[in-house]
Parts: sequence; structure tokens; C-alpha cells
Amino acid sequence: MSKIHVNATVNGDAVEFLCEPDEVLLDVLRDRLNLTGAKEGCGTGDCGACSVTLNGRLVASCLVLGAEVEGSAIETVEGIGTADALHPLQRHLLDHAALQCGICTPGIIVAAKALLAENPDPSEEEVRFWLAGNLCRCTGYDKIIRAVLSAAAEMRGDSA
Amino acid sequence: MKQDFKVLGTRPIRPDGLDKVTGKAMFGADKSVTGMLHARVLRSPHAHAEIVSIDTSKAEALAGVKAVITGDDFEDVDNRWTRYTMQNCMAQGRALYDGHAVAAVAAVSKKVAAEALALIEVTYKPLPHVTDVDEAMAPDAPVLHEGVKGRNLGDDVSGNTVGYYSFGHGDPETGFAEADEVIERTFKTAAVHQGYIEPQACLADLGADGRGELWCCTQGHYEVRRICAEILHMDASQLRVTASEIGGGFGGKTTVFIEPVALKLSQKAGRPVKLVMSREEVFRATGPTMSASMDVKIGMAKDGRITGAHARLRYQGGAFPYQMVMLGAMSAFAAYDLEHVQAEGWDVMTNRPKMISYRAPGAPMAVYAVESVVDELCQKLGLDPLDVRIMNAAREGSKSSYGPTFKAIGLVEALEAAKAHPHYSAPLAPNTGRGVSCGFWFNFGGQVSVSMAINADGTVNLIEGNPDIGGSRASISMMAAEALGIEFDRVRTIVGDTASVGFSDVTDGSRVTFAVGIATINAAKAAIKEMCKRAAMIWEIDEESVEWIDGAAHAVGHNAGTLPPMTLAEIAATSGKTGGPIAGHHEGAPDKAGVSFGVHLVDVEVDPETGFTAIKRYTAFQDVGKAIHPAYVEGQIQGGAVQGIGWALNEEYIYGEDGRLQNPGFLDYRIPVASDLPMIEPVIIEVPNPGHPYGVRGCGETAIVPPLAAVSNGVARAIGARLYALPMSPPKILKAL
Repeated sequence: MSKIHVNATVNGDAVEFLCEPDEVLLDVLRDRLNLTGAKEGCGTGDCGACSVTLNGRLVASCLVLGAEVEGSAIETVEGIGTADALHPLQRHLLDHAALQCGICTPGIIVAAKALLAENPDPSEEEVRFWLAGNLCRCTGYDKIIRAVLSAAAEMRGDSA
Repeated sequence: MKQDFKVLGTRPIRPDGLDKVTGKAMFGADKSVTGMLHARVLRSPHAHAEIVSIDTSKAEALAGVKAVITGDDFEDVDNRWTRYTMQNCMAQGRALYDGHAVAAVAAVSKKVAAEALALIEVTYKPLPHVTDVDEAMAPDAPVLHEGVKGRNLGDDVSGNTVGYYSFGHGDPETGFAEADEVIERTFKTAAVHQGYIEPQACLADLGADGRGELWCCTQGHYEVRRICAEILHMDASQLRVTASEIGGGFGGKTTVFIEPVALKLSQKAGRPVKLVMSREEVFRATGPTMSASMDVKIGMAKDGRITGAHARLRYQGGAFPYQMVMLGAMSAFAAYDLEHVQAEGWDVMTNRPKMISYRAPGAPMAVYAVESVVDELCQKLGLDPLDVRIMNAAREGSKSSYGPTFKAIGLVEALEAAKAHPHYSAPLAPNTGRGVSCGFWFNFGGQVSVSMAINADGTVNLIEGNPDIGGSRASISMMAAEALGIEFDRVRTIVGDTASVGFSDVTDGSRVTFAVGIATINAAKAAIKEMCKRAAMIWEIDEESVEWIDGAAHAVGHNAGTLPPMTLAEIAATSGKTGGPIAGHHEGAPDKAGVSFGVHLVDVEVDPETGFTAIKRYTAFQDVGKAIHPAYVEGQIQGGAVQGIGWALNEEYIYGEDGRLQNPGFLDYRIPVASDLPMIEPVIIEVPNPGHPYGVRGCGETAIVPPLAAVSNGVARAIGARLYALPMSPPKILKAL
């Protein structure tokens, strides 16, 4: 079967690619577009390491087909802040020492950003339930939750 | 010992942090090169089977397939432990567990590689299998390998029993006779997986000239080099191994599972080969930790004094000989100062994946059994569980249950901190119980190499050989800055590949901050000596008249006060004219790591209708010697505690009657998620290790040890009934209610 031709935007840039009919978005991002920030931790939608947003909606990119994203806007960790202009979530994760190995970090950042877009003032419990789909094996989540809450406070302009 | 620190104890942002929050960091699966092939591995669906034949001809004929290999492609090796590793990476003759590799393919794409796998025809002859440790030890059990039974073992155990160990002193029976209460219980714990989020991944390139390049996620690239060079019959110098950023290891990445396969495929295809495991493969074919069956008997006097203790530990470690129960037997009673104590252990093979270390390997299950019995005795005698532990605690000068006499240790300090903490006296809600447990880990030293360069602009580069699994580049840079007397951000530490710095043991045993730290301090001393020499040369005074104070050379003795101090940057700037580049290096094998004790407090709430256990409050106390970077020390304590909570409540390898793993995925093998947990409060205790210039003990492993019993003891007190097996899943708790 021949490949499928897809046009989309990734982190605001127009992209055009050919993919296999059964090729998932995660593989398209990593293997065809050289965006390796999204990680494959399970390939079954259980770990959240491959989290991206698709037209603003948080998805596991291992469960989305590349062929499905025609005309869509995708955002990955590479589109969230830069080294000299970090997103508050990125800065607070660093300040709170909220990453150890860092493999889950891109997915956590993408997922937390999607949470704060929907709910700028989440409770600890709301953050914990929203991030329940993002597995972290290093930190026990404590510092991640604190970082997300303090980033949210900063983004709201709270003097915390 | 140095006490007034300028850099140590601060919390700078880790040097690899920026790359990790922006998606730039390169992990095992993130590297690709021109001409690269993709590999896949075919795995046995049988728990135990003879491989009668493998027909790879159809796969080889598929367009785009560049190499197919089986066990026949690997020549024998002399070292039997390396042979076991090789045969674990690729079966030879027999498949020994569900998921055991039997063939591998390299092809132009993942898709073609997957298609080729389906074309490989393997004829199996199923053989009897055994996956339970007690069944595997029974004299009539099917034996996995002949001729490897442990020495001095009788006919009462099968040939799967590959090792026996015993530690202790005194006579437990004498101790039990002195007791007012004696309790003996049998415990079972399930095999659990390290659960690192990054599956094993590598990129291998082994050329026709015999030179190899290997990129992989590992805790020890020198160990990967040794194993792969032996298996591929190469000189170590010809295989350069580079450790990628590592997405979690916890002991699970201290050996190889795929690297020799990728190298062999690359050699055969003449092209670079990338091999990435799926999560299912990680569960089925990489090492979980051991499952255990244990008997523990402890006698206690009415006042709480432990009069005698005895443990029998039977560990199941999968399909090849291994040595790990020893560490369990050594750890079991380490927290107690006992007159009569013995711990025995048996290592046993089964038709399961070959075990590998998991954070404090061997200790959590043994300590779970011991701490459960201690708790039950406290309940029976109406004694406070912390008072009893303080009364019996090992302290400086105690003869440990495994032999050595303890130097300065912080167990009593941790217990007293727990007793004084508001958590311990907080009121308890209905259906809630408070559990307590001690924990212990040895911490190791081992071989280490560090190379330090003082740059002409006054900055410092440091190369070490230990993959950074938890922030060690930050702590090593901090120790270098402290030793040199400069600021943290003047130092850049990298993990070198196997061709760029001398040998270093694996990142394990909580050894890196201790051992690499010592090597770093010594490398700094060497550089300082050279800088003092340069200053003496410039000042035209004796070298002995120069001292290094706060990052600068000072003239001392009769020259004191006559010359302004010369800073590191000033000496470095002129180094080209005073004798050339300035550097320091150190190679050694520091062996004075300090043992570390922890004490955990947990409040658990058990839902009487569903049997679900919720962690309501958690406080973890740990003696770390000296916390170089307190935030990362806290992170180690928090992460370890949560892994232990998962072990206690959720996680287990579930095998069917057919010997196949039934839950090889994160949906059915459930590690703790954010919504399962409260905040984990870490309390750092600092009783300096006399064996390290800054007092470092190592902190990575101890925290996984106490949670198993702490949670179980909490459940026992919440529901008024005790479980003797982990995990304490809701159905098991409902049954106990």
C-alpha cells in the first residue's frame, strides 16, 4: 500500500510528510520530522511520555495515526518555550528539581500546559488527577505537583 | 571533617535540566544515523521449550531485510557469567521463559522488520516449567540448568537452588528461650519491575575493520563494553560505548539485554542498527527483581528487647544462575543490635526472565518480613513501635547482623526524629492505621576515574565515567567547585564515553556521589597542587610556602602578607607561559562508603467496602551523611518511597498456569500514578560518613526498603488483621477483613 500525503502544522510551522497508513503520529514526529522530544514509553497510551496537543486537545501521540492529522495544529514540547525564554512550567520544574531522569518531563510539560489552559487555578487534587496519565518513576510526583501549582500561580499573577 | 561549606547544601539548577525541559536531551532511542537499519526481536511464547529448529529463509528473502540472526550466530565465551548474559540476550538450544529472544532481524524500516519476524518459523518442543520459588526448590522440580546447584546443598532442594548463604552470630534458639513472646510467620512478595519509563534502546555500528561504536541507555557503559566485547570476541579498546541520557534505571540498566544482538546484526549487515524494546518486551524479557518466600521468627521480652531472630529467605531470580539473596540475608536484621541472630538465604532459578538489580536489591522483601514480625510483636505486647526500635537499634559500635561493626550511623537519630515529628502524634481518622518501618542499605564505593581540566579562562571541565541517573552531574560539579573554591557555574561536568576517561564501575549501589565525589576531590587536589606550584614559580618562592584558600593561592609562612592572593582564574590565564595546561585526575577504588538507615511513617486508610488502600500521609526520615544537593536527595527519598508503595499495594508479575506473563503492560502492571499519592515529606538526617571528606554516605536506595512493611503495618493497624503477602491488592484485603 502506498504512503499517505499529509499537511499539518507542528509548533506553528507548516509541515508536509508521507506516512504509512498504520504509522502513528509519535513515529511521524520522531522519525520523519526529527522531533524527538515526545518519547515512547509504552506505545499503548498508558504512560503519557508521548503527550502532544492536537488542535489544542491533549492526546497520546502513540494512539493517533499520522494520517489523521491532515490540516491539524500539533504542539510538542519543542514548541513550548526556548532556552532563553522558558515557559513558566519549564522554569518551575527546574527550580523545584522536579525531574530526575527527565524522560517523562516533555509529556508532563505538555499535559500540564493543557491543564492550565483549561483550568488556570487547579487544586492539588485536580493536578494529580489530570497528570494521572503521565507516569513518572523517579520523583514520586511530589516536586512535579508543587512545580505545576507554583507555575500556575505565577501565570495567574498571584504573588506566591 | 570539613563542615563550613560554600557550595554544598545549596540547590543549583542541574546542568542537564534545560535540555530536559525543552525536549533536546538525547535518550537511548533519540539518536539516528545515515544508513541505519531497524531491528526487531522474535521472542518465545513458551515458558520452557526446546528449540528444535529455526527456519529464517523466508525472512531473509523478504525485500529490505539485511540480516537475520539466531543463537547459532553467537560463539561460546569462556566466562560463564557472560555466557548466561549472552544466552539471556539470545536463546541457544532452549527458550527458558516467556519472552526469551530466539531470533532477530535488521531491515530497512520498522515495518519490514516486523513483517520479517512473522516469517521466521520456529519449531518448539515444550518442556515442563516452574515459575514459583517454592515449587522450583522442591526436589522433583524441572531443573533449568544442570550442574549449577549450590555447593553444600543436600537432596532436600532441587538443582535450581544455585546458592546458599548464612549470616549472623549467637544462637537464635537460646534467644527464643529468653523471650516472653515468639512469633514466626511466612511471607510472600511478588516480583516487581523497575518500571523505568524509557525502554532499553541502542544504536550499534560494528564495521568490517573490527571497530565498534555503541550508543545506549545504560547505568554503566564500561560494563556494557566488557560484556559486549567478550560476547563479540573484540578487544575492549575497539568498542567505544557512549551512554545516552538515561530515562530511569533503578538497577534495571546495569546489564545488557539487546546490545550484543544489535552489534551482531550490525556486523552481519555491515550497517548501523537501531534496536528499541517495546514496553511489552521490557516486561517480558528484561529483569524484574526477585520474588520471595520467607520465614521469619523473632523473640521479644516484655520490655521490648529482641532476644533472638531468625530468617529464611527463598528468592526466585529467573532463568539463569545469579547471586542476590546474600544481600537480603545481610540486610534483614541490619537495623538491630542483636545477641542471637541468623539470616539464611537461597537463590533459586525458575522459568522467568533473568532477574536484575532493583534499588537496594534483595533488601526490601527481607526487611518487609522482619519489620512485619517486629510490628506484630509490638502489638501483641502493647509496646510503641518506635520505642521498641530505638531500644534495639544498631548504633556506632554495634556488631552488625552480617559481620562488620558499625562506625558512625544515623539510625537512632532517624528514629528519634520520627518520634518527635508531628506526624507521629497526629490523630488518626476512622479506618486509618499508622505504619512504621526501618530500612537499610549498604552503599558501595568501587572503581572510579575522573579527569579535570582547568581552562585558561578560569572555568573547569570535568569528565567522569558514570551515567547520571538522578542529578549526579550537579552534585559532582558542586563538589568540584567546593574543593577548588570557585562558583558552581564555573564547572561543567560531563559523562565521558569509554574512550575518553578511565574505567568506572556501574552507576549502582548508591555509589556515584560517594565514589565519584572522592575522585573529584582528589582530582581537584592534584590541580590545586599544580596551581600552587605555578604561583610559587611566579612569585619566586618555595612551593611549600603557598597554600590554597578559597579559590586562590596564598603566600604563607615568612612571605605571608607580602603578596596578594592569586586566584584560580589568574593562574589559569598565564598557564601557557608557566608550564602549559593545568589539570588534575584521579583513579581509585574508594571503599569506605557509609551505610544508610531510613525510617518511614505512613498513614493508610482502608476502605472497608472495596478493600482499597489510600496513602493519606507519608514522612520519610533518612540518614544520608551529607546532602550535597538537598533537593535531589529529597527526590531520591521521595521516589524510592513511592516505588516501595507500589511494591506494597499494586505491583506484581502475574503468571498463568501456562507459565506466561499475564500483565506485560502499564495498564495491568500498575505503577503508582500522581492521583494515588499525597505529598511525600522527606526529612534529611546528616550523620557524616567518616569515610568521605564531606561526609557523604549515598542516598539512592535506602528509601525503597521501609515502605513495604510501613504500609503493611499501617494496613494491619487500620483493619485489625495482618496480611503476609504483597502486593496488598483490594481483593486480598477484602478477604482479610
